[in-house]
Order: sequence, then structure tokens, then C-alpha cells
Amino acid sequence: MSELTLTVMRLGFLAVLWLFVIVAVQVIRSDLFGTRVTQRGSRREGGRQQAARQQQQAAPPPQRQQGGGRQRRGAPTKLVVSEGTLTGTTVALQGQTITLGRAHDSTIVLDDDYASSRHARIYPDRDGQWIVEDLGSTNGTYLDRTRLTTPTPVPLGAPIRIGKTVIELRK
Amino acid sequence: MSSSTTHTSTIGAIGAPSRRNTELALLVFAVVIPLFAYMNVGLAISGELPPGMLGYGLGLGLLAGVAHLVVRKFAPYADPLLLPLATLLNGLGLVVIWRLDQSEKLQQRPTFSEAAPNQLLYSAVGIALFVGVLLLLKDHRVLQRYTYISMVLAIVLLLLPLVPGLGMNVFGAKIWIRIGGFSIQPGEFAKIVIAVFFAGYLMVKRDALALASRRFMGLYLPRGRDLGPILVVWAMSILILVFETDLGTSLLFFGMFVVMLYVATERTSWIVFGLLMSAVGAVGVASFEPHVQVRVDAWLDPFSKAVIAETGTDQIAQSLMAFGSGGVLGSGLGQGHSDLIGFAANSDFILATYGEELGLAGIMAVLLIYGLIVERGVRTALAARDPFGKLLAVGLSGAFAIQVFVVAGGVMGLIPLTGMTMPFIAYGGSSVIANWALIGILLRISDTARRPAPSPAPNPDAEMTQVVRP
Repeated sequence: MSELTLTVMRLGFLAVLWLFVIVAVQVIRSDLFGTRVTQRGSRREGGRQQAARQQQQAAPPPQRQQGGGRQRRGAPTKLVVSEGTLTGTTVALQGQTITLGRAHDSTIVLDDDYASSRHARIYPDRDGQWIVEDLGSTNGTYLDRTRLTTPTPVPLGAPIRIGKTVIELRK
Repeated sequence: MSSSTTHTSTIGAIGAPSRRNTELALLVFAVVIPLFAYMNVGLAISGELPPGMLGYGLGLGLLAGVAHLVVRKFAPYADPLLLPLATLLNGLGLVVIWRLDQSEKLQQRPTFSEAAPNQLLYSAVGIALFVGVLLLLKDHRVLQRYTYISMVLAIVLLLLPLVPGLGMNVFGAKIWIRIGGFSIQPGEFAKIVIAVFFAGYLMVKRDALALASRRFMGLYLPRGRDLGPILVVWAMSILILVFETDLGTSLLFFGMFVVMLYVATERTSWIVFGLLMSAVGAVGVASFEPHVQVRVDAWLDPFSKAVIAETGTDQIAQSLMAFGSGGVLGSGLGQGHSDLIGFAANSDFILATYGEELGLAGIMAVLLIYGLIVERGVRTALAARDPFGKLLAVGLSGAFAIQVFVVAGGVMGLIPLTGMTMPFIAYGGSSVIANWALIGILLRISDTARRPAPSPAPNPDAEMTQVVRP
């Protein structure tokens, strides 16, 4: 076998080996999971990005079918944090359950001394009506001024208070 | 969290997809690379394509295919990288062992026998055990029930080589047992079993170990009675070192315990204690145990004539020479002289062949592949929801990492040489089989960890049982 062929094979093999390592690292990069945070730009760009986001998230909506069929008119589309350290954060409502609390796996991780680790959750019932439920928190969850004792439907724009954080559903 | 600073972010959940097709693509890649290597070795040694190429290719491909189908069926959300990475290492190991089989120098040794067919057989048994783990272990939390049984089993496995008539003394280390013509290294299996014990034990005791402590000079000092378990494990690994004269297993167990203790308690002081205790133990034993003393001498001065005469072999010197002559790009597969190492060239010292024939570039890639396996294990631990699964995944990947470090460090002259094998690539049945089982358990934990949470069941009673407020 000629020297040249062997040299080419030797370098080729190293290249292929490294290619495998690089592909594996790429798989790790695309394999990150958890919560996706999308930055919003200025108001004008917002619409375009929102459209892009809708496309991105169009893939995993298996729960929407169970959640009660089509979206009703006038149904809230997003959840907005209006007071507290997370002010300005929004979560798109797509039929998924939103958990609130200090635990790291919550949808909204509250950085609030008065919040419990699993404080409350907000979920759609079969009719698509959004329900807030206190999960046995220490300091309670308030809808307007009343402390929640049972799962309660959330009207649009009604403030849900958890410690110093206030959350609203908006269109 | 970036949202607290920018105030304009949107958070949406990402479901972890199953990633089985990614795994399949990588697996094909991982079977093709060893085939390429096999072709390369054949062309370099005899100038023609090796006759067994089809057989090995089909064998490896079949094993990988079976493993993939079982994962697809029984652990659909498992990590996509662990199986291809392990398959690639196993395939490369087969090729390099076959390459050393072709060496005339090794063929002249009196104890020579073809190792590659055996290794293929061991890989098949390993994959079978991997499949068995995935089929029988539906939920890793079942293992939690066997915490103390695992402890007893691990101690029995570790003591087996000392039983007269069963244990074998091979070149000074008593880590093998012989049953019906097969020699087995029980320590390789004990590694997995003891990880189960440590995980179960630390899950229960971690609060006592983490919280009941006094602060002294920036370190948290645990209470005397909480030091008990670490002292027991330390004593156990010292005893292994003294009676089985096996530094590797001893380091593996103690290191694994310290890693898991640190992960369970988040106290840096355990690492400090662990390093101090292993230093004291190693120096203490090395100063009076002759077999260990010889290993230390060979490590400190591998090229001196006196040491080579004392150990009876120049393996470490030859291994260092092999790494050196490989340079950056290596001499090419099949064109090195790592067979000069002689005995154990295809088991303990197999990394030297990679170092010589693939060079620094190749050995870095191999070590990175080991690193990626460990990374996926730790990532599995991060994603796992139950503390037992977290600790078990950390323990298993920690044991894997320590084993790679101990062997690679020994062969490269960083630490004294130990009688352990490089996972997956070295010749040895117990090692390959046990490590496939280890990968199986990691895949099971990662399947549970990455499985999307079931959607909340709509509660039909919720509306009927609402409290009517006055």
C-alpha cells in the first residue's frame, strides 16, 4: 500500500473521529430542554417575532386538543406579571398548565420571599376557562382581595397576588 | 434568570422530544467509524482488505441495531447520545484489539490467543445484559428497596477473590475469580452494586450529614458520629488495597463515595476530607506493602534499570515511549510499535496503542468521548426528579469518570499504575459487560427523567364540590 494512501487514511480517520465528536456536541446543543425564553424587541418588531414564536411553538400542542378544543373568542392569550421582581414577563397560554413557585421546575420561577416552592397553578378546564388553584401555599394566593380556597375561574385582567408578585391574564 | 433584568421576555415550555432518530443516525456513524478503522489497519498491515471485515461490521451493526430497537421500544425518551458513544468506543476497542492480535511480537508470546473474537462475544453478552436491564428494570426507583442488600452483595463481590480456591493471584493483584474456566473480575460488578447502596443510603442520611455541622476556618466540620460512614468506606478501601493489592478498585470506591457525598450534601469539606484521607491511606499502605511499593517505584522512575529489574517488565517505559512516538497526528492505525509493551498491551495498556497510532489528536477525541458519556450521565442526574435517581446517576457516571482517570493516568505516568481496564476499549469480559449494564441503568434513569410530565387529569368532581360561600 502506498505511503500516500496510508497518510490520507490516517488523517481521514482522525477527521472522521473528530467529526463524530462535533456532531455529538451539536446534538447536546440542540438537546437542551427546560423553558424557552424569547426576548422581545421594540413594539414594532414585537409582532414579527411573535409570529415567529407562534411558528416555533406550533409543533408541540398535543394538550390543546384535550384542553377543550378551539380557543374561545375573548379568551386570554397570555399571562403577564405586572408587579414584583419579574414584572414584564409574559407566558403564552397554549392550553398548558402553568405552575408558579420557587421550585426550579416551575413555569414561572418566583423570586419572592412570600412564595412557597409550589405555590399555585393556572390551568384551563375542559371549556377552555382558565382556573387558578392554590397548591397549599403558606402565605396564600389572592384573586383580587379574596384568598383562594378552591380552584377558581380567573376573569380577564383580574390580579392574582402571590406575595409581592401580581399576575394577570390578558388578551 | 434573564427575565428579571430585561423585563421583556416570554417563557414557554419546551417538551423534550424523544430523539430516537438522532440516536439511530449517530449509531450508524458509530458503526461506520470502526469499519473504517478496520479497513485502515488491514491495508496498513497486509496491504489488502481484512477478510473478517464483513463479519465484524455485521456483528457490531447487529448488536447496535438490537440495542437501538430495545431502547426505542422500552426507553423511548432516553438520552440519545449514551448508546452511540458507548458503541463507538466498543467498536474502536474491537478494532485495536484485533490489530494487536496481528502483531507478530505478541503472537510469539507463549500465552498468545486471538483476543478479538472473544471480545466480540463479550460485547454481545454486554449488550444482552444492557437489553436485560432495560427490559427488567422498568423503574430505577425499585433499586432503592435493595439498599442494604446491595451493600452486602458488594462486600461479598469484593471479598470473593480472597476466598481460597476461587480467587486467582495474577501478577500480584488478587482481583480475579475463576469459575468453570472463566475468569471474572467481581470488582467491576461491585462498582454498580455499591453505587446503588451509596445512593440509597445518602438519600436518607444527607440532611444529617449536611446540616449538623460546625463551622471552623471556613469549613463545615461534620459531627463525629456522622463521620462514621465515610470512615467505614475508607477502612474498607484500605483493606481492599492491603489484601487484594489493587489500588484501582480501592481508589474507585473511595472516590465514588466522596463524589456522591459531595453531591448529596453540597459541602466542600467532604472533598477536603476525602482527599486528605486518600492521601494518608495511599502513603500509609505504599510504605509497607511491597507490591504497591513496586508500583510506586515504577511510577516515579519508569526508565531506571533497577526498577525495570525489580518489576520484571518495562511496560510503563514502553507505554510512555509509545505515547511520545505518536506525536500529534500519530503513526497511523496498524503502523505503530505499541506491541513492544508485551503483556497486557491489549488490556491495561491499550490506551498506549491509541496514543501511538492516532496521536494526540486521536487520544483527545477518545478522551472527549469518555467525557461526553460522563457529561450525559451528570446531565441525566440534573434532569432526574427523584433524589435517588439523581444520586445513582451521579454515582455511576462518577465511577466511570474515576475509572477512566485512574487507568489513563496510570498508563500516561500521572499516577501509579493500577490493575484496572479502560471501559469499553480494553480487552476484558467483566469490564465490557459491567459497563454495558451501567449504560443501561443510566439510560433507564434518563428515560424516566426526560419523559414529559403527564398532563394534569381534569378533575370531574371539581365543579360539583365547590364550596358555596355565605
